[in-house]
Amino acid sequence: MDEDKIDKIIEEHRTDKSELIPILQDVQAEYNWLPQDTLRYIAKRLQVPLTDVFGIATFYKSFSLKPRGKHLVRVCLGTACHVRGGPRILETAERILGIKTGETTEDYKFTLESVNCLGCCALGPVMVVDNEYYGKLPPTKVEKVLHKYGYTSLSSGKGGET
Amino acid sequence: MKKMTINGMVVQVEDHWTILEACRFYGMDIPTLCYRDGLSPGGICRLCVVEIGKGERTKLVTSCNYPVEDGLVVRTHTKRVIRARKMLVELLLARCPSSKTLQDLAAKMGVQRVRFKVKDEKCILCGLCVRMCEEQMGAKAIGFAGRGKERRVTPPFDIKSDVCRNCGACMYICPVCQLRCQGPEPPSVVCGACLNVEPVCLQDNDDVMCYLDTCGWCYKMKKR
Amino acid sequence: MNRRKIKSPSDLEKLRQEILAKRDPKKPRIAICAGTGCLALGARKVITTFKEELKKRGLENEVEIRETGCPGFCEKGTIVVIYPEGIYYLQVQPGDVPEIVEKTLVEKKHVERLLYTDPTTNEKAIHEDEIPFYKHQMRLLIGNNIKVDPKNIDDYIALGGYRALAKALPEMTPEEVIEEVKRANLRGRGGGGFPAGRKWETTRNAPGEPKYVIVNCDEGDPGAFMNRALMEGNPHSVIEGLIIGAYAIGSHEGFIYVRDEYPLAVENTGIALEQAREYGLLGRDIMGSGFDFDVKIFRGAGAFISGESSALMSSLEGKVGAPKPKYVHTSIKGLWNKPSNLNNVETWANIPLIINKGARWFTSIGTEGSKGTKIFALVGKVNNTGLVEVPFGITLREIIYNIGGGIPNNKKFKAVQTGGPSGGCIPERFIDTAVDFDELTKLGSMMGSGGMIVMDEDTCMVDVARYFIDFLVDESCGRCVPCREGLERMSEILNDICEGRGKEGDIELLEELSEVMKDTSMCGLGRTAPNPVLTTIHYFRDEYDAHIKEKKCPAHVCKALIEYYIDAEKCTGCLACLKACPEGAIAGEKERVHVINREKCSKCGICYDTCKFGAVIIS
Repeated sequence: MDEDKIDKIIEEHRTDKSELIPILQDVQAEYNWLPQDTLRYIAKRLQVPLTDVFGIATFYKSFSLKPRGKHLVRVCLGTACHVRGGPRILETAERILGIKTGETTEDYKFTLESVNCLGCCALGPVMVVDNEYYGKLPPTKVEKVLHKYGYTSLSSGKGGET
Repeated sequence: MKKMTINGMVVQVEDHWTILEACRFYGMDIPTLCYRDGLSPGGICRLCVVEIGKGERTKLVTSCNYPVEDGLVVRTHTKRVIRARKMLVELLLARCPSSKTLQDLAAKMGVQRVRFKVKDEKCILCGLCVRMCEEQMGAKAIGFAGRGKERRVTPPFDIKSDVCRNCGACMYICPVCQLRCQGPEPPSVVCGACLNVEPVCLQDNDDVMCYLDTCGWCYKMKKR
Repeated sequence: MNRRKIKSPSDLEKLRQEILAKRDPKKPRIAICAGTGCLALGARKVITTFKEELKKRGLENEVEIRETGCPGFCEKGTIVVIYPEGIYYLQVQPGDVPEIVEKTLVEKKHVERLLYTDPTTNEKAIHEDEIPFYKHQMRLLIGNNIKVDPKNIDDYIALGGYRALAKALPEMTPEEVIEEVKRANLRGRGGGGFPAGRKWETTRNAPGEPKYVIVNCDEGDPGAFMNRALMEGNPHSVIEGLIIGAYAIGSHEGFIYVRDEYPLAVENTGIALEQAREYGLLGRDIMGSGFDFDVKIFRGAGAFISGESSALMSSLEGKVGAPKPKYVHTSIKGLWNKPSNLNNVETWANIPLIINKGARWFTSIGTEGSKGTKIFALVGKVNNTGLVEVPFGITLREIIYNIGGGIPNNKKFKAVQTGGPSGGCIPERFIDTAVDFDELTKLGSMMGSGGMIVMDEDTCMVDVARYFIDFLVDESCGRCVPCREGLERMSEILNDICEGRGKEGDIELLEELSEVMKDTSMCGLGRTAPNPVLTTIHYFRDEYDAHIKEKKCPAHVCKALIEYYIDAEKCTGCLACLKACPEGAIAGEKERVHVINREKCSKCGICYDTCKFGAVIIS
């Protein structure tokens, strides 16, 4: 763990427990996940019981306690996407990447997640890779999108769960 | 003092009481699972619900954390209350069928069958142990993690907590715990593993330690 | 940019005149929607192409480009409007840009193929008010989105923004502001429809300092995005409402809680707050009135339940965003146990309108119990998807058919789901219901935040119920027994029914469980969670029966109950489905009839989508 880095993030906020969530968000953005030692360090710095930090880190969906892949693939399963075939996009992505939702490929290139509504319902079904949106996506085009991010058949296969 | 009505009876109650305290003071029997004197009310198991209000505008509230107020009309055993409590016990029993506490509650309430698929969880997530650890022991070694059906009681990162003192208060207070230690010669031995074997966790699981050291649960599971 | 502090209402008017003087109303302006929806369709590329094209022709100083908020017609994005004429171009691709510049900006003609075409009459519509999607709306809140660049406060001020604040601060007492909002009978647009004025009054009169005001932009309802559109498209309208509310309530600190899934809303709100501060519209002594107020943005961390008022406040305190038992309301004891007033984005955005035009004007719109307009997110199986703002009292039919343009592919309308996971499904026979808070509740649904999901004959209602329950299983905080255990059991039973394992008594058990969940759950999530199940059972019991008794899914949705096969008469032997099948379950040769191997088939439906001849059939 790079203590200076974490210190810097904490200093950008107030050293107060009400800032815990924004601090964790910034750490998550920095590392792409929340390593255990950083959580312990943050708990100590903010004087928050570690149980609370752990509780928060496991409660909110945007935090991950396991390393995520380089690219985060999110498939929207909001209602509008659901009735327009979102689940099939997710199944297709699962099949192509060879992992289940919530998992990361072995080479840590892709993490696949589902998300409950991204608020662009008119474009359903929607898949988002990193922050790039792909709307009105037919299942047949999923593979093409993943290719853009360096998907090769080598990427598939199960890695750790996130 | 405040004046309220419990089951048609006008009674005087202390200002700081909850409905549950008032009802128990006047001898009404209200079942609870996640409530204990000395701990803050959790409002989690919802078994202590009572019906308040008059006429058509009545609602169910948990008596353990609802403060008494003047003119409050409370009924503790209406059809609606009984239906709710029975369903709650049925839900809990489906989750945790081997718990003696839940079986007794079910028997008392006349819940004779479970219509849901039966699981075999050890914990009903009432949070008594969490509150005990924080409020009485001042440790906060265990807490809730996850959300929804992933919710569980655990020390941080699911490994033994640095601040746990092995006091065992969490086990003492657990209403469904099957491995409650009752001393060297307990009246009814439930588990007894801790008396017979030394670090079982180490023996059986090599270096995997659960957070309460030699509780013997894993040993018992293996024997089964 | 250096901004001069606005020290009085006349300063604001002076500034407005200055901004207008700098702007030539006749100067051509290209407004391009840069909302999340259009960006997803490639609006960024359209914007850069416009810039390049103008530069190429040396027009960059003659024509202004404005990246605006979402005008709502997401179905037809990217939307480009050319001012001063107001020519509305839909579905603009980067390749169309040179033609638009050449024809419209230089030759002052229309690019016919980019105009709205009426699907039945084939008539072209040039301006916004000629397009049926817009014609039947009443766009008081969202109408300005296409006119302002959310990243530039001057655009909002040029349209008369912050005038309501300039009126409220010096001319009205806080009590008068509350009285006006009460008289307007503005009901909370976030779900329950509680009168905002009364809530404000409670917080104002509650003992304890400081008091807090909060904007709830944790729009978690799947299928609703009006708050996102307002927050990212016209953030100042929300901020102005919030400042007025803070003044009325006596609060000096506010929060805007934005969902993590809305990065653009976070960005635009941040910029808006910064610019408002520079003008002195936030901070100390706002407009010389002596009133101090400032706002912080808080990003949610991904939890639907955090949209519930007490859970949202827990989240702001840096805790797990789970609800607290609410025997004392948050308006009395909320954030850090201080009186806190929470309203949703759309509610706050209504405030400047009410202050500017008065309660009497506001109450002239809508029905007896619901005043003003409401933005709905019209999505699902409907031709014109997007955000629609309509007065209360409009019928579902008008929304779905006149504005939404009906159901695609001539399918039959089956139901509309309102209110998100807490709402219910309203069947076709109630399509002439006038939409307001009370009417929807009477039908067993609710207004919620305004999601409106249209379902056609191909939608399985049991599957819809299962979808919402599965959504909630994931999103319940898991704290109280009825919600956590009840939802999981409901999901179990519904999944059984959808997979052909339903049994006699399941429906009754679902109903019994629903009643207990409604009665005993700790917060609104659990108490309203059974609504999708109860309404679908109530209105579509025959579909449940078909699943349970006949093991059939009438809408051909539930995978376990359907089979795919190829109609030998229609199959041309083109090999398309064979190649597309990921399981290798289709056998056949060129120009020979193909056959699906049922054992290998995973029922993914790709063959059904691939076949151009309608030869793949579901039974």
